[in-house]
Amino acid sequence: MEAKRPFSARRFFLQWEWMLVVLFVLVNVFNSFLSPYYLSPTGLRDVTMTFLDKAFIVLPMVFIIILGDIDISVASIVALSSVVMAMAFGAGLPMPVAIVLCLVVGTACGAFNGWLITRFKELSAVIVTLATMIIFRGIAYMLLENQAAGHFPGWYTFLGWGYVFEVPFMLIVFVVFAVFFAWVLHKTALGRRVYAMGSNPMAARFSGLKVDGIRMLVFTATGFMSGVTALFLTSRMGSTRPNVASGYELEVITMVVLGGISTSGGKGRLIGAVLAVFLLGYLRYGLGLVNVPAQILLIIIGLLLVIAVMMPNVLSRKKLP
Amino acid sequence: MLELKGIRKSFPGVHALQDVHFQLEKGQIHALMGENGAGKSTFIKIITGVYQPDEGEILLDGQIVKIANPREAQRLGIAAIYQHVTCYPDLTVTENIFMGHESTSKFSRSIQWKKMHTEAKALLAELGSPIDPHTEMGTLSVAQQQVVEIAKALSTKARIVIMDEPTAALTKRESEELYRITEKLRDSGVSVIFISHRFEDMERLGSQVTVFRDSRYVGSWPVAEITNEDLIVAMVGREITHLFPKKKADIGAELLRVENLGKTGLFGGVSFTLAQGEILGLTGLIGAGRSEVCQSLFGLLPADTGEVRVRGKLVQIRNPWDAIELGIGYLPEDRQKQGLVLSWEIGRNISLPMIDEFSGTWWLNEVKEGDVVKELADSVKVKAQGISTVANTLSGGNQQKVIVAKLLGTKPKVIILDEPTKGVDVGAKAAIHEIMGELACQGFGIIMISSEMPEVLGMSDRIAVMREGRLVKMLDRAEATQEKILEAAMGSATEALHG
Amino acid sequence: MDKTRRASRNLGLMAFIVGLSVLVQVLNPSFLTPENIADLTKNTAILAILALGMMLVIITRGIDLSIGATLALSGMIASQTVAMWKDTHPVVAVLLGTLIGLLCGAAVGGLVSKGKVLPIIASLGLMNVFRGLTFLVSGGKWVSANQMPVSFKAIASSGFLGINTLVWIAVVIFVVGWWFVNWNRVGRQIYAVGSNPDSAQVSGINNDRILLLVYTIMGGLSGLAGVLWVSKFASAQGDTATGFELSVIAACVLGGVSIAGGTGTISGILLGALLLGILNNALPLVNVSPFWQTFIQGTIILVAVLINALVKRRGIRATMQKRKI
Repeated sequence: MEAKRPFSARRFFLQWEWMLVVLFVLVNVFNSFLSPYYLSPTGLRDVTMTFLDKAFIVLPMVFIIILGDIDISVASIVALSSVVMAMAFGAGLPMPVAIVLCLVVGTACGAFNGWLITRFKELSAVIVTLATMIIFRGIAYMLLENQAAGHFPGWYTFLGWGYVFEVPFMLIVFVVFAVFFAWVLHKTALGRRVYAMGSNPMAARFSGLKVDGIRMLVFTATGFMSGVTALFLTSRMGSTRPNVASGYELEVITMVVLGGISTSGGKGRLIGAVLAVFLLGYLRYGLGLVNVPAQILLIIIGLLLVIAVMMPNVLSRKKLP
Repeated sequence: MLELKGIRKSFPGVHALQDVHFQLEKGQIHALMGENGAGKSTFIKIITGVYQPDEGEILLDGQIVKIANPREAQRLGIAAIYQHVTCYPDLTVTENIFMGHESTSKFSRSIQWKKMHTEAKALLAELGSPIDPHTEMGTLSVAQQQVVEIAKALSTKARIVIMDEPTAALTKRESEELYRITEKLRDSGVSVIFISHRFEDMERLGSQVTVFRDSRYVGSWPVAEITNEDLIVAMVGREITHLFPKKKADIGAELLRVENLGKTGLFGGVSFTLAQGEILGLTGLIGAGRSEVCQSLFGLLPADTGEVRVRGKLVQIRNPWDAIELGIGYLPEDRQKQGLVLSWEIGRNISLPMIDEFSGTWWLNEVKEGDVVKELADSVKVKAQGISTVANTLSGGNQQKVIVAKLLGTKPKVIILDEPTKGVDVGAKAAIHEIMGELACQGFGIIMISSEMPEVLGMSDRIAVMREGRLVKMLDRAEATQEKILEAAMGSATEALHG
Repeated sequence: MDKTRRASRNLGLMAFIVGLSVLVQVLNPSFLTPENIADLTKNTAILAILALGMMLVIITRGIDLSIGATLALSGMIASQTVAMWKDTHPVVAVLLGTLIGLLCGAAVGGLVSKGKVLPIIASLGLMNVFRGLTFLVSGGKWVSANQMPVSFKAIASSGFLGINTLVWIAVVIFVVGWWFVNWNRVGRQIYAVGSNPDSAQVSGINNDRILLLVYTIMGGLSGLAGVLWVSKFASAQGDTATGFELSVIAACVLGGVSIAGGTGTISGILLGALLLGILNNALPLVNVSPFWQTFIQGTIILVAVLINALVKRRGIRATMQKRKI
């Protein structure tokens, strides 16, 4: 028996991630033709801050979709944690405490999802997070009604707008998180187990994996990262409302599946999703430069989502006997 | 009445069937045998119109026919009953029987429920079954569901009924019932083709047996004129002298003591012990609670009552990882669903339960993983190009060996094997039995669940028989006979199985 | 679920509805007045029509989140049409809206059946497409009451035998729907596909066609509901019925439609829709802040699915205990 599979250049370059790189380059070339202002280094740098907020949720969502689950409550978690933070600060708590509270609320929401899903195995993640999506958003409305809350201290703006050595602070934090999540997924035992659970949940259970614990952990992490998104998003906007981040779940899921992570579970890599984040971000920026209205973007994202999911299904069906 | 000539079918990279012949007479029960991968399933799919042959012709009543799709097959009077009963658990028996050919009124196109219920009742009565057609299918036993499937075949006026391993999931008694029904079918002029791994089925039912090997036609004989030994030779192409190579192992210290174990609705009052080097055969009818007892020992179905002691120490097993920690390993019955991640390489499959052992400070030590896994795979003689071969390209027997390797990786002391040779071909069966014998010699304690009498008798040191959730009999190797086991497993002969 | 359990579930729902009505009536006597009941049934009619379509989708193990957007799109186009050509016959407007809905539904169904896209993803994606299209065709503007001809607004305000047209439409749809799922072959095939897709294939049922069909029916009903909606509220906006799909799903799970597929009854969803309609109507009457309604609705969905799950578990445990060992 051979120990290792030999390296194959063909297989290496036939990966979906290369396709994303090519698309990314194409988008940039296309954009620079559309608008002469596009290719300015500061512009390309600063635009990352307009789309990276939701990218924090993309990272754990990769885990969830590899598990074969889905979480559509993330946008509501963002709204709820953002609202709680703003209200806590408004009630006189110091900002650092409010920030911690924001992360705690996010984590708690995620843990609640995880608890429901592992405790009631007969319910799918779709229906559970559909219900909690409404509940979390509902709580945000109960708390703040249709008001806005804000007036945060000046230093808090740094999160969404600041630079460290000319590099956006948000980008740095994102890279750190992305490296961490990629490391967990691809280099640790936990990551291996996540793939196993997504590929064959039953075999994973029979192999003695702590499937409930892992699922719980992944959903909780998603809640935490939604809290992180709330921090940056609120900092960018300067104030918050119960309806913030609506539609984020769609964008996040779109980025993940566009990144080559299959909704049937067990397949895909984190780098693909990160590439998709930048691909979509720059696409949106370029279209914004030539004044394409937001509604068209909505249509484009919706179409991209379904096409990205459909493509591998249609292609693989052709190859079968 | 049905004849296939020179059938050839290939898929990219594989010849699934090469120059296959088959001839079925009217009112004949024809057994189709062969090892797994011999091409039986592909052959069935050609008759039922799922696949089209690349070459060759199909004659029905002397006429050349083309069976373009399952619907066409149904129209020609060909019905198939598949290995895993395919039914609609949420719908009634009547709907299950008539799905796809409901009777509707001419005027309003409404379904005529009354008429269909009556017809369903008549069909079931014809088969001698008292099942109420209003029952929801999901509430019936597997054997009852199979009867409904046969009624369904009758309702389509099938002239040829194909049964794919119909007795695989049935108990002895239920099999008898199936034989009776099948004979009834034959007597009414229906021809039956059935695939089976059990010689018993063939002897009891078949009048003709056809054997395939390696996608080829080997031969066809009247059942009365061929011995089991010759059939095995025809199937494997070699003679197997020792099917059950039980080695003499030294029985050592007690490993496991189970006392009064119970779980509501599944089993109760189960007590037994297992020692080093011992193979304990656990048998009984399907549904007697054998798998459930073992799954509770492995933490999949934690018990409600009773005690488990491992090496004399009282333990609590709430989860599979508790069990693994205590040195209990479980080889599940369903290889593909419960045992393997089919899309993964052999290596990753084997290392899955013990992946923590390869965690370095920063990342998984894949070199160490590869070495350990390779050693495990070699120790059970997995036949594959390398540990990076993907599991779903392996044969059933090799997949089973991979799962055994995976099991051994968790360093168990007690090994539970749930139907270890179910559905694997004769050659692989012998190899698995050999591995079991060796493991016993090395001092492992083995619990083997099996429904196959020769296997139980041949491999076990002691035999525990379960019936209706209770362990009713414990027999020593020396005193065990087929009759004693059956008597214990079935209880008094008057007990009815239906209802 | 067997018949007796289904019946006892419906009885329980009915008892709950009666109890709730009594409670609300005590708190606010204007609840059981003819005007309010008329208003309640009108609202419930639209919800019930959509719940019927959603039930078919859920029976096939699917879900459709795009219906709110479909409703808005067809309502918008229909109302723009009548605003432009004032003498358009209301029936034409209804047909136009339904047609647009059918197209939207067929798009979702095509993705699910031919494209093998998960229903949640397909409908989530197209929800945004339809919503975007609604904004595009309207140019971000409303169609307001004074732009709509009286004949169009009369769809929702007229009646027959003292009962509102919307209710009549719902009744007709439910009678046809009841016949379809209980007495029609294709209707039964929907259950077959949801109960066991693999064996449906073997029985010669064209699963893809059934899936396409249920999503198309769902779309058609949403299109119809869109016209009824804009006629009732006498305004069409880009964000009409945002989130309404969730109420519809809630009505289904309350009515005992299993998310796992294969089961669901007409009587169940009728009660589910009625219960939800009463709640939506009663909450403002008993001075519950409108900002609480989202939360209450979400909690209802969650509690309903949890209860469904627990009841099922108890059923399994009861059968277990009945087995003697």
